[in-house]
Amino acid sequence: MATALPKIRFRDPQIEMAHGAGGKASRRLIEGLFAPILCGLSSEPLADAAIVSINGADIAITADSFVVSPLAFPGGSIGELAVNGTVNDLAVSGARAEVLVVTYVLEAGLPTEILEAEVRAMGRAASAAKVAIAGGDTKVVEHGKADKMYITTAGVGRPIPGVQLSARSARPGDVILISGPIGDHGITILLARGDLDLEADICSDTRPVIDLVEALAKAAAPGLRWMRDPTRGGVATTLNEFARDCALGVCLFEDRIPVHDAVRGACELLGLDPLHIANEGQFLAVVAPEYADAALEALQSAPGGRHACRIGEVREQPARSVLASTPYGGTRIVDMLVGDPLPRIC
Amino acid sequence: MRFTDEFRDPGLILQTSDEIRRLADPARHYRLMEVCGGHTHAIYRFGLNDLLPPNIELVHGPGCPVCVLPMGRIDDGLAIAAGNDVIFTAFGDMMRVPGTHGSPLEHKARGADVRIVYSPADALKIARANPCRHVMFFAIGFETTAPSTALTLMRAKAEGIRNFSVFCNHVTIIPAIRAILDSPDMRIDAFIGPGHVSTVIGCRVYEWIARNEGKPIAVSGFEPLDVLQSIVMILRQMERGEAKVENQYRRVVPWEGNRAALKVMADVFTLRSYFEWRGMGFISQSALALNDAYADWDAERLFKVPGIRVTDPKAAQCGEVLKGVLKPQQCKLFGSECTPENPVGALMVSSEGACAAYYQYDHRKSQLVSIPA
Repeated sequence: MATALPKIRFRDPQIEMAHGAGGKASRRLIEGLFAPILCGLSSEPLADAAIVSINGADIAITADSFVVSPLAFPGGSIGELAVNGTVNDLAVSGARAEVLVVTYVLEAGLPTEILEAEVRAMGRAASAAKVAIAGGDTKVVEHGKADKMYITTAGVGRPIPGVQLSARSARPGDVILISGPIGDHGITILLARGDLDLEADICSDTRPVIDLVEALAKAAAPGLRWMRDPTRGGVATTLNEFARDCALGVCLFEDRIPVHDAVRGACELLGLDPLHIANEGQFLAVVAPEYADAALEALQSAPGGRHACRIGEVREQPARSVLASTPYGGTRIVDMLVGDPLPRIC
Repeated sequence: MRFTDEFRDPGLILQTSDEIRRLADPARHYRLMEVCGGHTHAIYRFGLNDLLPPNIELVHGPGCPVCVLPMGRIDDGLAIAAGNDVIFTAFGDMMRVPGTHGSPLEHKARGADVRIVYSPADALKIARANPCRHVMFFAIGFETTAPSTALTLMRAKAEGIRNFSVFCNHVTIIPAIRAILDSPDMRIDAFIGPGHVSTVIGCRVYEWIARNEGKPIAVSGFEPLDVLQSIVMILRQMERGEAKVENQYRRVVPWEGNRAALKVMADVFTLRSYFEWRGMGFISQSALALNDAYADWDAERLFKVPGIRVTDPKAAQCGEVLKGVLKPQQCKLFGSECTPENPVGALMVSSEGACAAYYQYDHRKSQLVSIPA
C-alpha cells in the first residue's frame, strides 16, 4: 500500500531569529516542516502540550527550552522560568504537572555561583508549584558556543477531571478572559538588557498559574472551552491561533485589556503593541457565556487573580481574525506578531 | 498616562468626530494628505477612518524614512560592512528592509555583525567598547533624527574616536512635499503636517504651501484627538476659504522650530545637490551629507562605496503609494507577493509604512459582516 508522503511547505532558505519568536514565522516552520515529518497527517491543531493515552490512562506531556538573556531579571530568572513555563503549558492544557525532567546546556567558563543560583531558583519554583524534579542531563559546550546556559524542561501531568479543551468547541458568544495585566515579562526583559537606558518600576510576571486554572475549572469546567498562556508573540498571536483553529472571529474590547502604566509607557515610547508582548504568568480562557460570571468570580477570588477580567468575545465574523474595538467606535485588525521585536525573552 | 490619555478621551473623540461631520460639505470630496508615517500608523492603529464621513479621504504621504530609501543605499551600506569587517549598526526599523541580497537581519543570520541600536549614541558606545573594530551607523530619518546623528558625530570628534563612522541617508521633508505638489497626478486639498519633524524645523517653513499653493496645513500630534482636531482645523479653513499654517501640536512644536537642533545640524551636515528617493526619483537638495569638517567620520569617504543602483521590482508600485496616487491595496502585489513577512517594498516593512499599517490593521476589516458594537 502506498503511503502518502508528507508535503513539506517550508521554503525559507535559512533559520532566522523570527522563526523562534512565536509569531507567523514560527508557525510556518512548525506546520510546514516539523508537523508533516514528525506528526504525520494528524489534523489536530498543534498545541504546546498534548494529552496522550497510555494503557488507558490519560497523561499530559510537554517540553520547553529556555534561552533568556539576561539570565536574571527583576521578578525572576531563567531557572524559575524553566519550571513555571512547563508547569503552565500543562496547566493551560488542563493538567496539573506532577513531575519534570531537566536538561542543562552550559557554556564552559560559567561561574558556579551563577549555576547554583539558578538551580536553587528551580528548586524554589518546583516546590511552589508542587512538582517533583525526577532527573535530567547536563552537557557542557566550549566557551563561546552558547550564551552562558540554556535549560530544557519536560513535564508530565495529570488531567484535571471534567476539563475538555479544544478550540473547535468554541461557539459565537463565548467570553474571553485574561488572568491579569499583560506585557510585564517582555517589557521587563527588554529593559533589563540595558540597551535602552530606560528604567521602570516593573517586574516579570513569571509564576505558576495552575492554582488559578484549578479554581477556574472548579467553578466552570463544563463551560471551559480553551486555555492558553500568551508567551512569545503575546495575546495577539495566541488569539490569532485560536481564531484560526476554531474558524471563528475574536473581538477584543481594547479599553478593558489590563496593562500596567509602565508597560503602556514603554510600549508607547518604543512603538510596540502590548498585545504582542510576552507574558510568563498569565493565561487566556474561553468560557461559555452562561459560565462567564462564575468563571470570572472564581478567578478574581483566587490568590493572584484579582485583576482577571473579561476582555472580549468570540463572534462569527471576522472569521479566523482578531479585531479590537475602541470605546469611541474605531476598530482595527490585531495581527500575529511578524518578525522578532524582542529577541530571546524566555 | 499623562499626555496620552487626555488625547484618547472617548467623549471628546466622539464630539470631535461629530464636529467633522458637521463641517464637511456633503457635496464635495476632500483629499487630505497626512505627510508623516507616524500619522498613517496612528490612523490605522486607532481606526480613525471609521470616525470620518466617507467623503473625507486620507491620503498617505512620503514621510516614512525607511520607505523612501532606495534599495541601492541599503546594498551600499551592507557592502561596506561586509567588505571591511565593519560592525553595522542601525535602528530596528531598518533591519527587515530588503536589499538585493537580503535584509540586514538576513545578513546577520549569515554571520555579518549587524546590531540594532536605539540611538546613534549607542553605536558610538559600541565603538568605544570595541576599539579594534570599526563601527558604522547607518543613519536614516528626516530632520527628526538628524540632530541626534549630528550630536553623536560632534561627540566622536571631541573624544577623538576614530573607529566610528556614519553612512548618512538623512533626508529633508520640504523638498519631498514640493515634489508631491509638483507631481501632475496629484490632487491634494490640504495637508496634515508632520509632527515630529516640525519639533525641529517649526511651522514657518510650511507657509509657502498655504501662500503659493493655496493649501491649508495643520501640523498635528499623533493621538486620535490630535489627528481629528487637525482635520477640524483644516475643514474650518476650507469653509472660510482660507489657506494658512496652523499648529495643532503646540504642546510640542514651537512655531520657529528648535534652534539648538538646527544649529548642530548646520554645524555637521551639508546639503547634497541631489538624492534618490524610492519611487520618486532624484530630488534636488533633498538630503544631507557630512560636511568637510567631519570627513574623517564619513563612511562614504572612508570606504569605497559601490554606488549600487537598483530599480524597484517592476510590479511593485511603491512610488505611486508613496505619493498617495494609489492606496496600498491597489498595488498589484499587496497581500499576495508582498506581505509584512516577505516584503517586496519597504512600505511593507516599517510600522510607519502605509502598506504595513494597512495590512496590519485594516485590510481584513472589509470581510466584516457587521461592525461590532
